[in-house]
Parts: sequence; structure tokens; C-alpha cells
Amino acid sequence: MKPAPFVHHAPRSVDEAVAVLGEVGHDGKVLAGGQSLVPILNMRLASPGHLVDINQVAGLDTVVVDDATVRVGALVRHTGLERHEGAYAALPLLRQALAHVAHPVIRNRGTTVGSIAHADAAGEMPTILAMCDGVVEAVGPAGPREIPWADFFLGPLETSLAEDELATGVRFPRFARGTGTAFLERARRHGDYALAGVGAAVTVTGGVVSGVRLGFVSVTDVPSVLDLTDAYAGQEPSAVDWASSADAVADAVSPEDDIHATAAYRRMLAVELARLALTEAAGRAA
Amino acid sequence: MTTSMFGAPVARREDPRLVTGNGRFLDDLGHDALAAAFVRSPHAHARIVDIDVTDALDVDGLVGIWTHEDLPGRVGEPLPLLIPHPTLTHGRTAYALAKDEVNHVGEPIVLVIARDRYVAEDVAQLIRVEYDFLTPVVGIEMARDATDLVHDDVPDNVSAHMFQEVGDVDAAMAAAPRTLELDLSIERSACMPMEGKGVYARWDDENGELRLYSSTQTSTGVRAAVAAKLDLPLAKVECIAPDVGGGFGVKINHPWPEEVLIPWAARLLDQPVKWVEDRREHFTSSAHERGQLQTVKVGFDDEGRILALDVKLWHDNGAYTPYGIIVPIITSTQLLGPYKPGAYRVEFWSLYTNTVLVTPYRGAGRPQGCFAMERTVDAIADELGLDRTEVRSRNFILPSEMPYDHGLLFQDGRPLRYDSGDFPASLDKLKALVGWDDFAAYRAEAEAAGRKVGLGIGCYVEGTGVGPYEGGHIQVETSGRVNVSTGLTSQGQGHETVFAQIVANELGVPIEDVHVTTGDTRRMPYAVGTFASRAAVMSGNAIALAARTVRAKALRIAADALEVSADDLEIVDGDIRVKGAPGTHMSLGTVSVMSNPLRYAFDEAAKAATQFAGSNDPSKPPVADDDEPGLEGKDFYSPTQATFANGMHAAIVETDPVTAEIRILRYCVVHDCGPMINPMIVEGQVHGGVAQGVGGALYERMVYDESGQLLNASFMDFLMPYASEVPVIETDHLETPSPLNPLGIKGAGEAGCIPVSAVIASAIEDAEGFPIRSMPISPVELWELRQRHAAGDWPSLRRPRHTSSSPTDTQEDR
Amino acid sequence: MSEPVAEELLDVTITVNGVPHHARVPARRLLSDFLRHDLGLTGTHVGCEHGVCGACTVLVDDEPMRSCLMFAVTAQAHRITTVEGLGTIDAMRPVQRAFTECHGLQCGFCTPGFVTTITAYLEENPDPTAEEAREAISGNLCRCTGYQNIVKSVLRAAELRRKEANDQ
Repeated sequence: MKPAPFVHHAPRSVDEAVAVLGEVGHDGKVLAGGQSLVPILNMRLASPGHLVDINQVAGLDTVVVDDATVRVGALVRHTGLERHEGAYAALPLLRQALAHVAHPVIRNRGTTVGSIAHADAAGEMPTILAMCDGVVEAVGPAGPREIPWADFFLGPLETSLAEDELATGVRFPRFARGTGTAFLERARRHGDYALAGVGAAVTVTGGVVSGVRLGFVSVTDVPSVLDLTDAYAGQEPSAVDWASSADAVADAVSPEDDIHATAAYRRMLAVELARLALTEAAGRAA
Repeated sequence: MTTSMFGAPVARREDPRLVTGNGRFLDDLGHDALAAAFVRSPHAHARIVDIDVTDALDVDGLVGIWTHEDLPGRVGEPLPLLIPHPTLTHGRTAYALAKDEVNHVGEPIVLVIARDRYVAEDVAQLIRVEYDFLTPVVGIEMARDATDLVHDDVPDNVSAHMFQEVGDVDAAMAAAPRTLELDLSIERSACMPMEGKGVYARWDDENGELRLYSSTQTSTGVRAAVAAKLDLPLAKVECIAPDVGGGFGVKINHPWPEEVLIPWAARLLDQPVKWVEDRREHFTSSAHERGQLQTVKVGFDDEGRILALDVKLWHDNGAYTPYGIIVPIITSTQLLGPYKPGAYRVEFWSLYTNTVLVTPYRGAGRPQGCFAMERTVDAIADELGLDRTEVRSRNFILPSEMPYDHGLLFQDGRPLRYDSGDFPASLDKLKALVGWDDFAAYRAEAEAAGRKVGLGIGCYVEGTGVGPYEGGHIQVETSGRVNVSTGLTSQGQGHETVFAQIVANELGVPIEDVHVTTGDTRRMPYAVGTFASRAAVMSGNAIALAARTVRAKALRIAADALEVSADDLEIVDGDIRVKGAPGTHMSLGTVSVMSNPLRYAFDEAAKAATQFAGSNDPSKPPVADDDEPGLEGKDFYSPTQATFANGMHAAIVETDPVTAEIRILRYCVVHDCGPMINPMIVEGQVHGGVAQGVGGALYERMVYDESGQLLNASFMDFLMPYASEVPVIETDHLETPSPLNPLGIKGAGEAGCIPVSAVIASAIEDAEGFPIRSMPISPVELWELRQRHAAGDWPSLRRPRHTSSSPTDTQEDR
Repeated sequence: MSEPVAEELLDVTITVNGVPHHARVPARRLLSDFLRHDLGLTGTHVGCEHGVCGACTVLVDDEPMRSCLMFAVTAQAHRITTVEGLGTIDAMRPVQRAFTECHGLQCGFCTPGFVTTITAYLEENPDPTAEEAREAISGNLCRCTGYQNIVKSVLRAAELRRKEANDQ
């Protein structure tokens, strides 16, 4: 299990990286944390001729929190974001979800932007980006552009990022004041890819529910958001029976069978986790 | 204190080097060696039409490529069938490189040797093999159905059909007041040591000698097999097992194809060559185990006494049978556990499938047998509404009945005769440990809080320390250093420590002076290997006997020198002294000097043994006719039969009412392996076994699709438990000595894993109120069983669930 | 037959256990192989080469990472600490001592990965509970011990570290 040969590129700037990506085209892969990529290379399930290693690129390793968003650079490791107190205060959902990303040692190396660009349906952070209505920042030969999450994720492991574009960061918009969030998932083993995962955000304004959003992991092809605001708006959060979300959740997900669980089981799990996550999120909303 | 070494939790001698990165595992050796990789079959069943290496020849760093037709003489013949058996009428083994046909995904076809492993894999990737596809036979049902065959010349896919009967089962069954039938199944798992296999060979062309290192459980076995394959004199081949990163059975099978090919290539190339198995290779080309289908018919009376037991087993032996039918033989005999059925009949079919071969994995067929028996006993208890421990008690073999002969032939070809054990006492301890009689109250409390909990139990007996023999050699140097060697190998069992404890104890020396070598044919060429929980029993006793020989010789020499009777001497801290008069003494090192009459003094101490040094008796030869020079001794231990350890486990599980996730809340073990040489190490063995058992019960399985592809050949998808999946393990011990060997000990290596699937099934059944007949079980499977149960498609248990005080239905009556 | 094309070699300088090492390696050389075969630091073990088992865990700038999922070229300009850098047979550090005291290992193959992981963990969480200790080791596989005594070793190591700090 050794990778096939490749040419290693170590650009120092975003422009340099984009130029290299343009040269190598579809035979190139971006290496950031590599926690998903290197296993694939070691197993020779992929053998790109060029690796564009962005670890030397300056300026991509920062987390910036402002009134509206949490901006995460492409070299911020999961652990860096997880430990970032400012990011936690602004958007607790980030830490709530990051705690479920593999194991701590993997999070020490893997990057949040990388896992979003990898677009695995079992990845937590693509779903969080969607729940927050987030944006991917990319730079290509024509310059920078911003890609709203809904346009970014095209399918499992498939995004709208062009071959010669580099995702330089993502922006997670903060939820409205009064929003409580929760993230739950179930895996066969602690730290494995989830059989199902659910993020919930419940906003309470003036003592009544004003927003309800759910995001799913491992039970939809691409990250998707289920907005249940209409169903619950105006109700007192403590009076809501969140089990009533079951039908909507069951309809929203489209899980598949695999060796670890059936589609029906995953759907049940999504429904149950949604109930629990909504309850927890509502409890945190004020 | 040297006298209390036996039985003490002595810290391991191996550990300091292993915790500091100074272990020497196979791949830590031979940095100058060339690397091997293989083209392995991506198909489960196919004929090889053509192998085209053209594209591969241009790769920089390539040394050589070989296929079956390049293999000369015995290297190209099938690998040996290690354990023939009269009922193994259709044993088949693989070739080192596939000849014409492949029978499982992962079977080696082409050997590549290159500068390093990266390049070797590049080459392997460029070799094109053309196949004609044959229908793969996957799963026991398909093998049994036999519409398609794995081997053309093996009718019905049956490698072996075996039958044993004690008593008249048909008559006893007909006479039994009650009968039950159970259909059971257990899926495949695998040993999965953290270090895969590996072979490193150096050929010494000047001397025509081969030195071979293998991550093996038997260096003597590998040595003999390789010498035979390469047509080398045994004296010209040495095999060393370095530090081995776990075995659990898979490394006892030998020679693996690589163990033949790597030395062969090293000689051919006259260069050191190394092959280090990677994890994917380990999944698809090392052995698996466990897969069986079982049917049990049991006849019993109203008290729950088993009058007749009729068992049929279908065992998946994979594509080949190099290790014979040891696994199903063990299942079929050890199934009986601590019980004495009135009459017993067992029949098994060992079946070929186009999957990785099956050889013993820790427990070696016992977990399956225990599962069958314990499900049966639970079913009897359920049928009669009796406490499950009560039914067990009524069927136990009692201490007064030991030795107890089942009238069956065991895996070593000898009678299945239990030497010792106190099953009622073990059960009492277990009930106390888990709080068996208090569980009903605990359950009531849990149920009031909306939780589902269940209590399960499983009992087993394990034949340990099977022969034929092991040896021990002990040599005391003039410095007082004690060198101990035994031929079997170590994979983490702490042999360097426990064997040193035995020697320290027997010889009366500080343990720091004792240095143990295992698995090195240069030091002890006669040995069998490490398997079947046999190392402590076999080598431990051999070493104890050798130590007693050395002690006797030391006392004889010292008695002469000190002019006292040997009976008046004792050895304390390496010093031989007169009992009650410690002023009169001499060190073992000095005795060692005196034991070896010298012509040349090589150091100060040696002067004392030279010819002009002391008072020689000119009428006697320096070495007596019946004596040998040196303070050393060798002995072998070869028992007439296995010793039988036993144990009982109980667990409390909780199942999520919605998601059917299964959590083990408590796991309790009572274990009896006789006197423990090192209780810390025994406990560690139990812990590790239970963890593997938990893996086999709730997480691990080999998932093949119908084309014979292994779908989960990685640690991502083969769910070996992390710490987060293994419960806290509570243990208690009983020490019933074996009358069969000098130390009174029994084996402990495999015990922990044997009953776990049975125990967890029992507990889930108790929590859910319906029977569990198939293991492992995942949340989704339990969830589906619940749905079938709710739909009336899966039976309920008959009795109220585990109760020991007030019946639960009184509450419902109100 | 055309002349084989040799793979390009890159110069790397990596500081391992405080010592800068220079080597020429192919771009694809995994950090684990670089440590083991180029530098001869064989204490770092390779158990799966897909990042799951944790045997190859080393410290990169004091943070535990999988060396089988990094390339040597990417490790340049970082400080790598392997198990050999965390104590010697004659001067074992608390985590190593704790493993020997608590029977925290059997075959010892996975142990270096645990030692590195736990060393880093205790820097951040010097006084874990048993439950936290279990969680901390839950990204490393061990097939021998059933983890019981590894959990104990974490707690004992924490104790030894505190003692060591008090003694200084």
C-alpha cells in the first residue's frame, strides 16, 4: 500500500498554486491535510500525476470571526477551528460538529475546507456549511469567486470547483440571535463515518420559535437543508413535541444500503436523531 | 525474594524495549533487503489464461518477476497439508504462486522483487493477467448446495465429513420427555494482529546457508518446511521469530507462500529479500475463521437435564485446507463445555468456498461450539421457565466426577478427558460477581426509566496445552547469568517474563539474572509452536524440568566441593549454601566454572577450573562417563493429553428502545486456568480475549458479496473495536490445579474470547424477549428482528425474562 | 525496451527528535517510511497505511498525527517527535513507565502510537478521569490488551507526571 509516483508541487502563493493547477489539469490533486486523499493514494484507488501541496501557501491558516460570519482559511486544521474560542462563541455548531469528525489525531491534520471540497456525503462539515447557508471562496485563473453552498455541492465527491480553481476558504454565516444548535450522529464505532448524523438549529425570538433548520450527514447524496420554520413558527419552544418532525425528516432523506446499515435503518436513525437534536437545540435557544 | 516468583505479578522483562521503540519486529530488520510484492487475484474463481509482463519490464528498480512456471521442483509443488486426518478425504492446498486457477480474491499469482516496496507495487500494477471466469462459490449455503464446485475434483465441495457418537442418541432422543431444535449461525472474522505477516531471508552463498526471519508462531515449523521446499539440509537453514506483533492463530499456519518464495528468491538472487504484508494483503490473503451453520436437536427432561444432543455443523473452510480440519474438530468436541449430555452425536461437513482460507483464530472453533451449546441451554431454561443458571447446574460435570471422559476423540487425536475443574464453584463466583440474584430488581428500576436491559451468561471448557511436546534448555554462565531457551515463539504473551519467573523460582536465582530466548532455531531446534493456549503448560513445564536438572547438578557439584550432602544445600539468590549455616556457600557462577574442566583460563574466574588449579583426583576423568561439561540442562515435556481450563462469563447489556444500539454495561469473567504463574499477565490475556470476543459479537464480520469480493478489507470497514467499544472487564479467578503436569497449570491464552458471542446473545435475548440465533449482531439486525417479532414472524421467549425473585407478571395482573 | 526513467528525488530536511536530518527521497515517500527506513527509527510502526490504526502516530510540532498519511516532503520545516524521542530504556518518561507498570502492552506493536498520542494528550489534559482517558485513546487500535490496562496506564502516567513536576 504505497502511492504511485507523482510530481510534487509546493507553491508559496495562491496565484502560484492556481497556475500549477492550470498546468496539470485533471491530472492534479490538491493536497492540504490529506487525511482523505492519502489513504486513497496509498491504496492506489487514485494515482494523480501531480500533487499540488498547498501547505506552504501563505495566508490560508487563519480563522476570522466578525459580526456576520466565521471565515476559515484552507489550511486551518479541524482542531484549530474546534479549539478557536471566538469561532465557538460565534457559532457553537462548528465545535459541536467537529467533535464528530473522525478522531482527534485525524483532526490535527485534516482541514475543514479540505473536507468540504472533498464533498463526501458522510462528511460533517459540508452539511454544517449548508446549514449555515455558507459560501466557498475560490480562486481561479480569472480571479476569485464565491460559490454559495447550494451551487458548490453537485453530488457525492463532486463539486463545482473547476480543475484550475483552489478553494481558499469558506464562510460560515452566523445564525440569528436566539438560535440554539445541536449536532448528533451515530456510527458503528466511535469516530467512524456516521450511519446518520443530524444538525439542528432552532431560533427563538420573543419567546416563540422563529426558525428551524436541519442538516443531514450520510443520509443524503449532497448536503441539504430541511427548513421546518413554517411548521413550528410562533410556538413556544418548550411546548413543541419535536417528534412531530418525523414525517418531514423521513421524506427529506434518501439514504442507501451499505454493509453497515440498511436505508430503512438510516432513515429511522435520522428521524430519531432529528427529534433529539431539535430538542437539544431548542433547549439552548433563547 | 526468589522463592515467591511463581504467582507474582512481576513486571514484564519485554516492556522497556517495547515502550521506547527498541523492539525488533520483522520490518525493523533488513534495511538493505530488496522488497517483494505480489500480483494477487482480483477474482474469486477464475482460470489464468495469460500473464503479460511486457509493460512492467521498463520500471527502474525492477529486479525480477516470477510466475508459477518459473518455480522449480518442490517450490512449484502444492504447499503441504500440515495436519492430515482420515476424514479429510479431499484436502487441497494452494501453490506458492497460483497454477492455472485462482480460488479466492487475494491468491498470489506473480512475485515481483524490486529495489523497494514502492517500485515493486509499481511493477505489480503494470502486469496484466487475463482470466476465464468461473462461478464463485460464496457462503456456506451455496457450498452445501453444490450446484457449483470450488475444486472440480471435490464432489459436493466437501473436504471432510466427520461423525462421532457417544451413547445411543436416537433412542435417548425418542425417550426424552421434551425436545427442541435450533438453527444457528456464526459469521467470519479474523485474527487481525496489528502486525501483518512478514518474511526476511538472507542467503550466505559462501557457506550455503539460509537465515530466515518470519513473523511466525512456529519458527521450527517454518524452518523444516522451507528446508524441505528448497531441498536444503536442515542444518543449513535457521529460522528466527523476532518480536512478533500479535498472532492469534493466523501465524501458526505455515509455510505461507511467501515463506517459501522469499528464501527461494534470496538464494536465487544471492541478495537479502524481504516481504512485509500490508493490511490489504492481510485481509485477502491471510486466513479468516469462525463461519459456521449449525443445527442442534436436544432432548431433555422436565428438570432440564440433557438426555440427548444431536448436532450438525457446516464449516466454511475457505478455498484450501493447509491446516486440516482442526477448527471443526474442536467445535464438535469442545461444544460440550462443562456439561454431560446423556448421549451425544455430532456430524460435520467442512466445505470449500471461493474465499480466503480458514485456519484457527484464537478460540479455534470453541466460540462457535460454545455458542451452540449455550444457546441450547438457554433455550431449555426458557422452555421450562427455569433460571438459566439452574439448568446449567443440573447438567454440570461435578468435581467428584473428574477426571471425566466424554468418550470422544479430541483435536490432538487423544481422548477428550477433562482433568480438573470445579464448575459449581465457578458459577457461584460468577453469580456473586455479576449480582445474578439482584438483577430482577435492577431491571425493574431500569424499565421504570424506559430502558431495556438484559443479563446473559456463557460457560466453556477449553482444552489447553496440547502436545506433542516442547523443550527447555538452561545454561548457567560463569558470571551467574542464566540463559534459558525454548523453541516456541512469542507474540506478546510475556514469555520472557513468565519463563524467567519459573526458572528464578526453580533454580533460586534473581530474576534479573535470567534471560529467555524464544523462537530461535539456533538456540532450540526442537519445538512445535505457540497455539492452543499451550506455551505456559508445555514450555513452562519443560523449562521447570530443565531447571530441576540444572539445580540437581549444581547441588551435586557444590556438595562435593563443600563436602556436605546435597540434601543439606539450598540455593538463595544465586548462592548455594548450607541450610542453617549460610556462611558455607558458593555462587552458582562458581559452580558453573567448576562444571567445565578447562585447559585454558580465559578470565579470572576460569582459572579455578584449569588443570593445575585445584586438587584433581588423577584416578577419575575430568568429566565423568555419565556427565557432561557445563552447568546446563535440557528437558522436554510431553503430556499424554491436554489440560482443561474453564471459565464462565456474564454480561449486562442495554439495547436502545428506538435505535436498537447495543451497549455492554457490565462484563464479568470468572476464569480457572489453575495456578497462575503471573496473574497480571493472565488477566491481560483475559482482557484481550474478551475484547476480541466483543468484536466478534457486535462489530466484526467479513462481508463477501456474491462474486466473492471482500467488501470490507480495511480498518475503516472491518470494525475492530477501539477502547470506546470495549467495556470495563471485571474478573475473578479460581485456581483448580491440573494433576497432569509438574506445575499444575493450564493454558490461558484463548479463554477470554470463547464465550463472548454466547454471553452477548444471551443478554440481548433477555433484554428483548425473543431468541437470538445468529452472531455477530449489529444494531440494524436487531432492529430488523424487532420488526419481524412485532409482525409475528419471529418467536417470543416463552418464559418471563430473567427473574430470580418476584415474577414480573404479578405487576401486569394488577 | 526503452531505458527506465528514474524517479525524481527531492532534498528534504526534517528535524526528528531534535536532530536535523537531510535526505534525498522521492516525493511519494511516506513520512512513516522515511522515519523507519531512511532514518532507521523503527520505533514508529506501520499497521494499516490508511490512517485508522494509529500505530504510526508521531508528534508533528507536538501534535499527534498519522505519519502514514503524510509525505516526508510535506513534513519539512516541522519538528517530528517519535517514540524514540520520548525516553530511552534507561530513562523512561512517565507514559512509558506507566505502560510497564500497568501491563499496558502485550505484543507492543501498537504501543509507540499510544505513547505518542498519550504524551500529547496529557500535555493538554494533565488530570483526566478514567472516562476521559478511554476517550483519549479511542483513535488507536490494539488487538492484544482489550484496552483495560492502557486506560490504567494513562491515569498512572498522569500521576507520574505530577510527581515528576513536584519533585522538580
